Amino acid sequence: MSLFWDYTLNGVASGMIYAALALALVLSYRATKIINFAQGAAGMLTTFIAFSLLTRGWSYWPAFVAVLLIGFAIGAATEFILIRPLQGKSELNPVIVTVGLLVVFEGLAGAIYGNASRGFPPAFSQSGLRFGNTTIDFSHFDLFILCAVLAMMLALLVLFRFTALGLRMRASAFSREIARLLGVRVGLLLTLGWGLAGIAGSLAGLLVAPTSAFGPYYMNLILVYGFTAAVIGGLESPVGALVGGLITGLCISYVGGYLGSGVEPAGALVLLIAALMVRPEGIFSRPPARRV
Amino acid sequence: MLEVRDLSVSFGAVRALRGVSFTAEPGAVTAVLGANGAGKTTLLRTISGLVKPKDGAILFDGTELIGHSVEGVARMGVSHVPEGRGVIEELTVEENLRLATLWCLPRRQRAASIDQVLELFPRLQAFRHRQASMLSGGERQMLVLGRALVSRPRLLLLDEPSLGLAPLITAQLMGLLREQTEGTDMTVVLVEQNARSALSVSHHAVILNLGQVVVSDDAATVAADDALRHHYLGF
Repeated sequence: MSLFWDYTLNGVASGMIYAALALALVLSYRATKIINFAQGAAGMLTTFIAFSLLTRGWSYWPAFVAVLLIGFAIGAATEFILIRPLQGKSELNPVIVTVGLLVVFEGLAGAIYGNASRGFPPAFSQSGLRFGNTTIDFSHFDLFILCAVLAMMLALLVLFRFTALGLRMRASAFSREIARLLGVRVGLLLTLGWGLAGIAGSLAGLLVAPTSAFGPYYMNLILVYGFTAAVIGGLESPVGALVGGLITGLCISYVGGYLGSGVEPAGALVLLIAALMVRPEGIFSRPPARRV
Repeated sequence: MLEVRDLSVSFGAVRALRGVSFTAEPGAVTAVLGANGAGKTTLLRTISGLVKPKDGAILFDGTELIGHSVEGVARMGVSHVPEGRGVIEELTVEENLRLATLWCLPRRQRAASIDQVLELFPRLQAFRHRQASMLSGGERQMLVLGRALVSRPRLLLLDEPSLGLAPLITAQLMGLLREQTEGTDMTVVLVEQNARSALSVSHHAVILNLGQVVVSDDAATVAADDALRHHYLGF
């Protein structure tokens, strides 16, 4: 029974990371209806930038903030320079561009930092929290992951629900033409949406790095898990990304715990297929309306 | 005042508008009528910047609209209500209305302006916090008309507002439109398939046929001309 709780806590912590990456995918998809396959690689690249800053003597928190801002800039620039010119053309073109960008980011990181895996310092201790004489399989760093992702979700909730900017962003995402007819500068807001996605992706990269073999390819599997989470939650729902992330994290943790860590990717794939078969539009998206 | 001069629009080999010219006066409703495919919707979409013309000029109070972005035209005080009840379904009724006020009204005036519009449409008042996807066809049309009015436009472009609506609701909307226009400086261009209804509230009428203006006259004169109505408007 104690193993079950360990796997559960582990699943919550890793699920929050998948939720962060799922959120990044959702934000860019909501804005432009494009899955950004380079999102994980962009998070990897910004985490390498954080690594460079830390090795140059920066302390953790300034580097953390700087990297989130760089993530914003990379996301916004990707939309503005690469995605926007492809609007109105084949739907496949931007997908190919994001896959190409993934390869470029990984190649760039490999060329600059080498392909070997290395350690990345965590913001907090990774030893389990103690309650009296009991130590649980949930560290201060796991608590930080939980708080950081929830804080980002909360910030986005406030932005989207309670600000004029958020209202404009939602209108641009849901109905581009109507929003433009109402005077909304849609292009700017789509760029902003990709920028916010860049922040979420960078956050995911920073949170995963201390718990994995940090190298140019460490985000690839996380992208698969994040994508699974986004599909489960509904590709257009930030809340769905959170719930999908938790479901994915828990399932993968149980599969890894009870069946072995080698089975985890297959577990995610089974989960993805099951989600697509049972509720292809996701938990938090409405099925397409049918006129009768 | 809106002046459209020698406006031509082509989609590939298809010439949707051919040298269209007319004027629409402030404080009056100008109906644009004609059969399906006459170019009515294209005309409105060109005025609001959604379609780029091949030739011609669109002057609003002396300012050329062609060449401005869609959002730029909107920010000049042009409100275009497109065909098909263009509510943003994922937003609530109030959010749909608030969105239209963001660029044009100071923050402290927005709530009062929304309240004024909701007074015009009491049915919407009850659904203020309801998602627009839950509204009926008539309620959606009230919402898009309210959303257009809440921004206090100087030029209002309405595309088929009566499409699919019950005659009673159509009559209410048309009456409200005339009431909101007369005595103001708002210029209204009303595109309608329902010519009888449109002529009843309009001051001026323009009839398009195959992308060309065939009649431009007082609405009352057009309504009284049996031959003209039979030939172009089918009633």
